[in-house]
Amino acid sequence: MSGPLRIAVVYPDLLGTYGDGGNGLILARRAEWRGHEVELLQAPSDGALPGADIYCLGGGEDGPQVRAARTLHDDGMLARRVAEGAVVLAVCAGYQIVGRSYPDARGDRHEGIGLLDISTVNGSGPRAVGEVVAETVEGAPRLPTLTGFENHGGHTTLAESAVPLARVTAGVGNGDGSGTEGALAGRVLGTYLHGPVLARNPALADLLLGWALDLGDLPPLDDGAALELRQERLGGVAGQARRRFRPRRRVH
Amino acid sequence: MRYRLARITTRTVNATSRRLGRGHGTVIGGRAGLKVDPWLLQRLSAGRRVALVTGTNGKTTTTRLLTVALGAGGGDVVSNETGSNMPPGHVAALVGAGRTTQAVLEVDEIYLPRVLSATSADVVLLLNLSRDQLDRTNEVRMVAGRWRAALAAAPHTAVVANADDPLVVWGAGAAAQVHWVAAGTRWHLDAAGCPACEGRISFGGDGSWTCTAGCGFARPAPEASLQFSEDASEPHRGVWADGRVHDISLLLPGRFNHANALMAAVAAEAGGIDAALALAAMSGVENVAGRFTVCPFGPAQARLMLAKNPAGWSELLDMVAGDDGPVVVSINARIADGADPSWLWDVPFERLGERVVVATGERFRDLSVRLHYAGVAHVAHADPVDAVAAAAEGSARVIDVIANYTAFNHLLAARS
Repeated sequence: MSGPLRIAVVYPDLLGTYGDGGNGLILARRAEWRGHEVELLQAPSDGALPGADIYCLGGGEDGPQVRAARTLHDDGMLARRVAEGAVVLAVCAGYQIVGRSYPDARGDRHEGIGLLDISTVNGSGPRAVGEVVAETVEGAPRLPTLTGFENHGGHTTLAESAVPLARVTAGVGNGDGSGTEGALAGRVLGTYLHGPVLARNPALADLLLGWALDLGDLPPLDDGAALELRQERLGGVAGQARRRFRPRRRVH
Repeated sequence: MRYRLARITTRTVNATSRRLGRGHGTVIGGRAGLKVDPWLLQRLSAGRRVALVTGTNGKTTTTRLLTVALGAGGGDVVSNETGSNMPPGHVAALVGAGRTTQAVLEVDEIYLPRVLSATSADVVLLLNLSRDQLDRTNEVRMVAGRWRAALAAAPHTAVVANADDPLVVWGAGAAAQVHWVAAGTRWHLDAAGCPACEGRISFGGDGSWTCTAGCGFARPAPEASLQFSEDASEPHRGVWADGRVHDISLLLPGRFNHANALMAAVAAEAGGIDAALALAAMSGVENVAGRFTVCPFGPAQARLMLAKNPAGWSELLDMVAGDDGPVVVSINARIADGADPSWLWDVPFERLGERVVVATGERFRDLSVRLHYAGVAHVAHADPVDAVAAAAEGSARVIDVIANYTAFNHLLAARS
C-alpha cells in the first residue's frame, strides 16, 4: 500500500442511524496513533463513492437502506475495490445489504450487492433488541469475546461461501436458529453489533487495520478505557443472559 | 357513573402514592383511572380547549412556554407539568383541573395519534424529529408517518409545525390547517432521504430544502421565522410573513429555546392570543423542571442542562462553546434514556476541546471511550456528585453540567 490509509464512512446520510460512524473514527485514530497517515472520508450518497482501503457501512432505517443498496449497486466502486482487496466492515442494515437479498419493512425482497453470501428475511417474532455477547468460531479469526448491542428485526442465513464470525452466548445475532452472529468472506466482515462495535472490541478494529495495512501484528495501544468498558458490559450481561436467553428451541 | 368512579380512583390512588412518597403521583393514578374507564381521557377533554406539544426535543420547555402564553389571555391553563407525557399523565393532570377550560399537554411523540384522537385537540405543536432512544421507538420516519395519518384525520385541528425539519413537514403535510414556522433547525442527519419518494433532500445555505428527485417535496413558506442574533447587543426576533416583527427576549438560553418560544407564540395566536402578549408573558419563564438553573452544588455553583439525544447535545454543545470553564458530562442508559448509548458517537464531543472535562453517570465508561477517541482529555468519576466536586476543584467558575434524562434527574435531586 502506498500513500495514506483511506477509510471511507459509506453514506452517513443513509446508513448512520446508530452511531456507527464511530467505527470509521476509531479505525482512523488507531492507525494515526501508530504513526500511519490516514484520510478519513465521509462519503455521502449524492456523490461517487471514493476509492478507499477500508469501507464502513452502518445501520439505517428501511427506506434509506433500500436507497443505499441501490446507489451502491449503481455506483459500482465498492464491489470493484473489494475485488482489489479492500476491507469492509458492515453493521446491521449495512450487513444486510452487502448480502444477496434483504427485506424492506413490508417484507418485500430486495437485491443486495452480493459481497457476502447471506440472505436476510424479516423475523416473525419481536425485534432483537439488547446486549450481545459472542465468541469467535473456528474458521473466523480468533478474537477476544465480542460485545455489542443489537437492534434488528431481520433473520440472516449464511450460505456456503460465508463463514459465521461468532457464536452468541447472549443475545440473538443472525437469528436464523444457528446461534451464529455475523459473517465473513475474505476481507468483508458483517455483524449485527452496534456500540459501535469497534469501540467495545478494539481487537476487531486492529484485525481490520492489519488486513488493510498488510501487517500481522500491530503495536499495542492504550486501551484502558475500552477494557474497562468491556469488563463492565460483559460482567453486566453475564447475569442477565441466563434469564433472557435460555435456549428456546434448538435447530439441528 | 363509571366516569365519576374513574376520576375518584385517579385522585385517590395519586394522593395515596404521594403520601407514601412514591414519586410525584401522576402516572399510577392515571393508569388506575383509565382501567376503570378507558374513555376517561376523552371525557376529561370534552368542553376544554386542548393544545398538544410534541417532538423529540424541547417538549417540556415548550409546554411550559405555551401554558404561560395562553395564560396571558386571562383564565387558568392546566398542564402536565411533571413531564408524564403519556395518557396516564394527561388523565392525572386533567382530573385535578376543576373547571379550567384550557389545557396544554406535553405528548410523547409515539402517543400523539392516540392522544389527538382522544382529546380532539384544537392545536398541535410539532417541534422536531430526530433519532432518540432507538431501542424503544425504532425509526423516526415511522413516527413521522404516524403523525401524518393522524393529523390528516383531524381536519379541525390547527397544526403549528417546524418548516425547517423535513420529517416534521412530512408529518404535518396532510393536515388541513398548518402554520409553518422557520425554527432554524440545524440537525439534518435524519432527514437526508426524502420521506415522500426515493429521492434525497438537499439543504441550501439559506435554510431552504427540497427533494432532488423532483417529487415536489420542499420547505413550505413559513408564516413566521426566527432571527437568532449571535451578537449580544442585537435582540432575537420573530419575523412574520405579514410584516410584523417581535423581539423574543427570554431568560432561557440558546437558539433552540427561542425557536420553541416562537412556535409557542404562533400556537398562542392560533388560540386567539396576541403574539406580542404571548412573547411578553414567556419572557418571565426562568427555568423549566430545573433545566438551565444555576444552583449550589456543595461548594460549587453548577448550571444543570439536559440533553437526551444527538440533536439536543449538538445544540447544547454549541450553546456552551463560548465558555471555557469545567464541564461535567453525565450519561445513564436506563429505560427512559434508551438502553443503547451508541448515540454518544453521533455527538460532537470534539467541541469540548481543551476544557476540563469530567465524565460520570452510570455509563461513564462508554462516555470515556468516546472522549478518548474524540481526543478530549478527561477524568472519570462513577459518582456524579464526586464528579461535580472534582470539576469545581481549583476553579471558581460556574460549572456546566450536561446530563441525559435520568442522569439529570439524579443531579437535580442531589443538588444542595
